[in-house]
Amino acid sequence: MHQSLAHLQRRSELLAALRLFFFEHDFVEVETPLLAPEVIPELHIDPIAVEAAWLQASPELHMKRLVAAGMPAIFQITRSFRAGERGALHNPEFTIVEWYRTGDDMHAGMKLLDQLCQAILNTPVASQTTYGAAFSQHAGICPHTSSADQLATRAKELRLDIPDNMQVDDRDEWLNLLLATQVEPRLGQTAPEIVYDYPASQAALAKVERREDGIKVARRFELYASGIELANGYDELTDAAELRLRLTQVNAARQAEGRPALPLPESLLEAMQQGLPNCSGCALGFDRLAMLALGTDTIAEARAFY
Amino acid sequence: MASYNTNEFRKGLKVQIDGVPFQIIEMNFRKPGKGAALYECKLKNLIRGTVTDKTYRAGQSIEAADVSEFTAQYLYRQGAGFVFMNNEDYEQYELSEDQVGDAGRFLKEGLDCQLIVFNDNPIGVTAPNHVILQVEYCEPTTKGNTATNVQKPVKLETGAEILAPAFINIGDWLRVDTRTGDYIERSKAPE
Repeated sequence: MHQSLAHLQRRSELLAALRLFFFEHDFVEVETPLLAPEVIPELHIDPIAVEAAWLQASPELHMKRLVAAGMPAIFQITRSFRAGERGALHNPEFTIVEWYRTGDDMHAGMKLLDQLCQAILNTPVASQTTYGAAFSQHAGICPHTSSADQLATRAKELRLDIPDNMQVDDRDEWLNLLLATQVEPRLGQTAPEIVYDYPASQAALAKVERREDGIKVARRFELYASGIELANGYDELTDAAELRLRLTQVNAARQAEGRPALPLPESLLEAMQQGLPNCSGCALGFDRLAMLALGTDTIAEARAFY
Repeated sequence: MASYNTNEFRKGLKVQIDGVPFQIIEMNFRKPGKGAALYECKLKNLIRGTVTDKTYRAGQSIEAADVSEFTAQYLYRQGAGFVFMNNEDYEQYELSEDQVGDAGRFLKEGLDCQLIVFNDNPIGVTAPNHVILQVEYCEPTTKGNTATNVQKPVKLETGAEILAPAFINIGDWLRVDTRTGDYIERSKAPE
């Protein structure tokens, strides 16, 4: 143990404050398996395989099954595991806070996240910025209408260090490079900032809708504070056939990169077939929250063990 | 040739790019939203000593560099070169003036240094930070000029000229910083 005991005391208070917040908002605390035979495949997240099962990269799969089974508002504070993620803001094992509430759309989900942030971190009201506006402001280019070529040209204009194995014809690759280097570090500098309406190609498990301005967007949102990504939420996709299609595409993209396909979460797909109510869900990195509350530069300083 | 995948990247790793050995001296793991991980590295060129920034994306790999470091004794100068001997296996290596750098001025026969070898070729040497050398020649101390802040050139036994306080005399032993060439203090003769 190499952290001051005061940090651990504060961490414990934050956990208590989170539970209090959820109980006051009529959420039920649940527990789901850390080790399970299925995962939700993601392109850039690798679960850790253990004994013909997977250490879960998030509790999403099982929590959605509980929502589908009829629980209207649930939260969980648990561990998640992601292979190879280690750095100032990452650890292969980390503490995640995740919640779902039925009847919420994206904006209701964003409001709840803002309330949580204010209650736990004593922050001012979060600003809300569309992904498009954040990109135009900080990267100087429209993320929805620009081609991969135009994004690449912009990255070169900005003199970004471009990795040799970039998939140059993939718009999302360029968007992520610009996001990581130009946009993210400038988000949430004066107050927490919630970015929403992501490119449809980055929907993950969010609903995709056509906005009034004709642009198809993912109803996905992320919370940033001091340039650090704290939480990711969705207006949850409820269509099982659409999810199966997306996950099949994820696996194809994984294999194209030389990484293994992952088994599809048939239990979740089955539950969604039976009916997942409209809901918004959100996942928050607790170690980063503790890091911000403690004013440390790394999550290691906000954890007892690293 | 062995290589390291991005998920094996860590500080201290020795790699080669286009045949040039580098060491990862800093690494920042960055993962945007749902995007691929980026590994922002600071790479030190082990031959030139310069540092460059390079970003790698998850899934890339870099060739490992066969770089070893061991203690070697400085033997003698040979033409424009410096000859060292591995203290373990008595293998000898010749380095150029460029490779030895500024510290070459302070190398005395028998001095233990750290030799860096890449693919069996010596690429650099690190002398001890401090060495003790005898003054071979300097102007005599003039009366009334003994204040420590007045300096004069002195020639050391290795031939190097440095600035030392005015009170230093021929035959004195001086502790010298090999990185800066600065006089540190008057010392006892080494045992």
